[in-house]
This record gives sequence, C-alpha cells and structure tokens, in this order.
Amino acid sequence: MANVISNVALVPGIYVMKIEGKFKGNMGQFYMLRSGTGYPLLPRPISIYDIGEESISFLYRVVGEGTNLFSQLQPGQEIQLEGPFGNGFPQVEGSLALIGGGMGTAPLLLAAKYYPHAHVYLGFAQQAFGVEAFEAVAASVQVKVGGSIVEQIDPTLYANMFSCGPTPMLQALAIKTVDTSSRLYISTERHMACGIGACLGCTMRTRGGNRRVCKEGPVFPVEEVEFDDLHGV
Amino acid sequence: MISMACNIAGVPFKNPIIMASGTFGFGREYAEFYSPELLGGIVGKGLTLHPKAGNTGSRIHETASGMLNSVGLENPGVAAFLKDELDDMTHWNTAVIANVGGSNLEEYVQAVAMITENAQKRRTMNRRGVDMLELNISCPNVKQGGMQFGIQTEVAREVVRQVRNVTALPLVVKLSPNAENITQMAVMCEEEGADGVSLINTFSAMKIDIRRRRSVFANTYAGLSGPAIKPIALRMVHQVAQAVSIPVIGMGGISSVEDIIEFTMAGAAAIQVGTYNFVHLHAGAELVHGLEQWMQREKVQSLDEIRGIL
Ligand SMILES: Cc1cc2nc3c(=O)[nH]c(=O)nc-3n(C[C@H](O)[C@H](O)[C@H](O)COP(=O)(O)OP(=O)(O)OC[C@H]3O[C@@H](n4cnc5c(N)ncnc54)[C@H](O)[C@@H]3O)c2cc1C
Ligand SMILES: Cc1cc2nc3c(=O)[nH]c(=O)nc-3n(C[C@H](O)[C@H](O)[C@H](O)COP(=O)(O)O)c2cc1C
Ligand code: FES
Repeated sequence: MANVISNVALVPGIYVMKIEGKFKGNMGQFYMLRSGTGYPLLPRPISIYDIGEESISFLYRVVGEGTNLFSQLQPGQEIQLEGPFGNGFPQVEGSLALIGGGMGTAPLLLAAKYYPHAHVYLGFAQQAFGVEAFEAVAASVQVKVGGSIVEQIDPTLYANMFSCGPTPMLQALAIKTVDTSSRLYISTERHMACGIGACLGCTMRTRGGNRRVCKEGPVFPVEEVEFDDLHGV
Repeated sequence: MISMACNIAGVPFKNPIIMASGTFGFGREYAEFYSPELLGGIVGKGLTLHPKAGNTGSRIHETASGMLNSVGLENPGVAAFLKDELDDMTHWNTAVIANVGGSNLEEYVQAVAMITENAQKRRTMNRRGVDMLELNISCPNVKQGGMQFGIQTEVAREVVRQVRNVTALPLVVKLSPNAENITQMAVMCEEEGADGVSLINTFSAMKIDIRRRRSVFANTYAGLSGPAIKPIALRMVHQVAQAVSIPVIGMGGISSVEDIIEFTMAGAAAIQVGTYNFVHLHAGAELVHGLEQWMQREKVQSLDEIRGIL
C-alpha cells in the first residue's frame, strides 16, 4: 500500500498518477496496481512511466473498471502496488529510436531519460498527450496525430529500436525493418493475473516456444514474436 | 500453546494453509517475496506425463468476484518436473504435493508410477521426494480428457483404482464441482483406497465477447474460480465431509481467515488458496499470520476444536 500524491488527467480519459515512496524499476518494466477491496479482484499491469527519488508515476488510459477506479483516487488515498516486474528494455549500444503509439508511449519515457541521444517518434490516433515530458529529455521528438508514425521512420538510421503500441503499428514497423540491420525490440501485452510468472495466464506463443509476458517479457526481440498471437493494445 | 499443525494421510502439515495447483507455480516465483516455509504445503502446477503447451488465445478473464482461466494445463511434464523443480521444492521445509492430470488412463498411471519411483529412489538416498499426490480428475480446460473423468463416478473409479495400484504415496483425489454427484464421487474415492479428497476445482463457465461475437476463449469454456464460487464450494465440502471418513481438503474462493474458519467448521482438514494468491502477492504469509492471530484471540488451541462442528 502506498499513498497517491497526485492523479491528474492529461487529456480526457488519460491520467498520470504519482505515488509516494522509494520504488525500483527499469525502462519497460511494470507494476501490478489495484485499487479498492472488491471488484476487480485482480491487479492491473501498468508500465512504469517515471521514477523519482521519492515517487513513482504511471500513465494510464481508462478502459474498464480497474483503470476507472484508479482515475477516482484522490491525493492522500491508498493504492496497492507490487513490482517492478518483467524484463524491461535491454541495454544497447549505438543509435536508438523510441517509437510509441498511444498508450505505448508510457514505457518509453524512462528509456528516453536513460538514452538522451535517442530519437523519439510518437504517434496518436486522435489527440497527442505527454509529449512535453519527452521534449524535456530527448534529442529529438517527432509527433504524428492520425495516420501512421511508422512512415516517418527510416530504420536504417538506427542500430536499435524500442517500440510499444497497437499491433498494426508494431507489425508495420517489423515489416519495414526486416531487411535492415536495425534490431527491433517490442513491448507486448497480455491479460495478467499473478504478474510474476506463476499462473501461466499471460503465456504467449513465440518462435522459441511459450513465453510468459510478465516474466520473460514484456519486451521481446521482434524475431521471436508471432504476430498472429499478439493481442491488440 | 496454540498449534496450527495438522496431519493428512500421515503427512504432517505445520498449518492447514496449502497453495492450490496452478496458482503458485512450483513455488519459486513466490519464494522471491516470502518464504514458502511459512506455508503448510504447496501443490505444484498440474503435471501431465508429457510436456504440454497449453491453450492458445486468451487464457484469463476477470468476472464479477472471480476469474475465468483456460490455461489448458501448460506444464513441463513429469520428467522435467522431477529433474528441474523438485529439488527446490523439497528444499523448503513445507509439504510438497504433486498434482497429476492426464487425458487417458495410461497417462495417469504412468505419470504416477514415475513420481512414485522417484520418491522411493530419493528416499533410499536420504532425500525428500514428493510427499503426497493430488490426482486431478477434473480439469475443465483440456479438450478430450481430464473432464470426463471428473464427471462420472464409474469412469473416475477406474482411474483411482489403477493409480492406487501403482503408488503407496499418500493419495488425494481432487474433485470437480462439475461432477454429476460429488458426494458419490468422494465415497467412490474412499472405497478405492484414496487417502483423502480435495475440492473443488473450477466450475465450467463461459464469457462471450459481444463485439467480436465469439467466446473470449479458444476452447469456448473456461474454469471459474475466486470468491464467486466460495458459497458453493463450502456447501460441497460440508456434504462430502459428512459422507466420507477420509480427510477433506477444502478450497474455492478462500480469501480471508474467516473463510478458512468456515471451511474448517464445514469439516475441512486443511484448505487450499488459489485465486487469492493473485489478488495479494503475500496472500499465503498473510493468511498464516492471520490464522494464528485469530486462534489466539478466540482462544482456540487447535482447529480440531471447531472442525466439522456443523
Ligand atoms: C506489461 C503491460 C504494461 C501495460 N502498461 C500500461 C500503461 O502504462 N498504461 C495503460 O493505460 N495501460 C497499460 N497496460 C494495459 C492495462 O493493463 C489495461 O488497460 C488494463 O488492465 C485494463 O483494465 P480495466 O480493468 O480498466 O479494463 P478491463 O475491464 O479489464 O478491460 C477493458 C478492456 O481492455 C481489455 N484488456 C484488459 N487488460 C488488457 C491487457 N493487459 N491487454 C490487452 N487488453 C486488455 C479487455 O479485454 C477489455 O476489452 C499494460 C498492459 C501490460 C500487459
Ligand atoms: C490460473 C489457474 C490455474 C489452475 N491450474 C490448475 C491445475 O493445473 N491443476 C488443478 O488441479 N487445478 C488448477 N486450478 C484450480 C485451482 O487449484 C483451484 O482448485 C480453484 O482455482 C479453486 O480455488 P480458488 O477459488 O481459491 O482459486 C487452477 C486455477 C487457476 C485460477
Ligand atoms: S501473469 Fe501469471 S504468469 Fe504471467
């Protein structure tokens, strides 16, 4: 249990919640969050958005009852959270692009802080949000609202790319990267129950066999991912 | 002096709180958060003779006060379990229960024979092996198999009889709430020489994605667990405990010390905790401490004082 410091909407339906305490975590890792004592029972996986000395932040979209309860939390109220879980993005050398679509921008902010030389590409379906946070830390930020941000990216410019977003975006990026030497890592999603690798509820088929998204993932090199087994964001 | 200890089929448990199959892995993941030694016992993920990849597509979905799962018995197979998991599990000072499933009679018999042989071998080398077997005749999530055994008493009888023939390990049969007659099923287990029964496994259930106009699960049906099933589980444990004289291990939605007391009052010799492990990462440790505090507060020296009082 920890106290909420602030919980504000960036745009309607999309919030940043800051929680008090000393927390650990790397880029691309997530926490399991739960609010209240009744329904929903299961905690929800949410990526680490930002970490400070005395706080941790999450960027989330209200989609159902779990995230709806999060959005109602007021400063001073308590929330249950456990983490950090998952593998996170790898340590890489050389040029790097960070490519986020919609809520998929959430796990990339820590990566942008960690790799200040990275080029950031953010795509949004209707309305951009959270762009300033990237502009404050990144070498360059390109934003596209509507259409596909992938069109603006030349994979041959980058030794590595980290991406998170809707499946069609990830797939377009994968296709564009196929004949290049750029290494693409994507963050995947699955419904989760335990978050720590015990229930096998989040298992995903990969080229290397079954993998637990919460434990061996959520980040996988694109070669391993079977796109037809990837759920949409 | 308060004692939470209990004994089931000759196996000592330091307390009656056991982690349910499929919700605790083989213990390793949770061991990073609290010591499994606090627990009475651990039931490992359901094993089959051969490794199983499990079901494709969505595997979990939350419902009102519960969850549906369609994992489909993904597991490394008996041989890999004995080689890679058992050392860690027996290293912790807590009872180790192997949960065994299968899709036909031979698979059950061979899997149990392998585990039994391994336990004997380890014993001759002065090493602990599996302490107890839990025979899962009730997994609703595996096509052709598992389930059919759990529904009809006379079909299940053959499995229990043949498995009993090949093992001297303490044998508990895990019953399905989907059984045509769960009390009859339990009586059959006792007749065939089972040392105990555990109940309940998940209810066969369903969720439809109305937007896509299809079931959320590739297998159409999935298993319902969690607080939603607790009142029914409690009733079934009560009925079965009255019908048999072997120990009954109760489970189904247990999420608090009060729930444990209820199951004990209904006649359970011990209980298992499943879905609640997901709600609270430290569920096992929390319930063990909570139960001890409750016994102190209520001046109950041993759970025998309240067991089966209804
Ligand atoms: C590793 C990981 C990191 C994530 N990080 C973030 C994040 O930083 N910010 C954010 O807003 N969201 C994130 N998500 C998604 C978030 O977990 C879901 O939006 C949330 O669980 C929905 O819960 P709910 O109770 O509000 O909705 P529910 O009522 O549970 O569901 C509403 C809808 O969302 C779908 N859904 C629920 N959970 C998931 C899921 N895990 N994947 C795909 N679809 C789902 C349901 O099928 C349903 O259609 C992440 C998911 C994962 C697996
Ligand atoms: C994700 C999940 C996986 C499960 N896997 C198994 C299994 O492999 N073998 C088995 O006998 N029961 C399995 N079960 C059933 C549980 O052991 C337990 O009987 C059931 O969930 C009811 O208890 P609960 O309401 O406390 O969860 C599983 C349950 C869940 C939720
Ligand atoms: S959520 Fe339980 S194994 Fe990944």
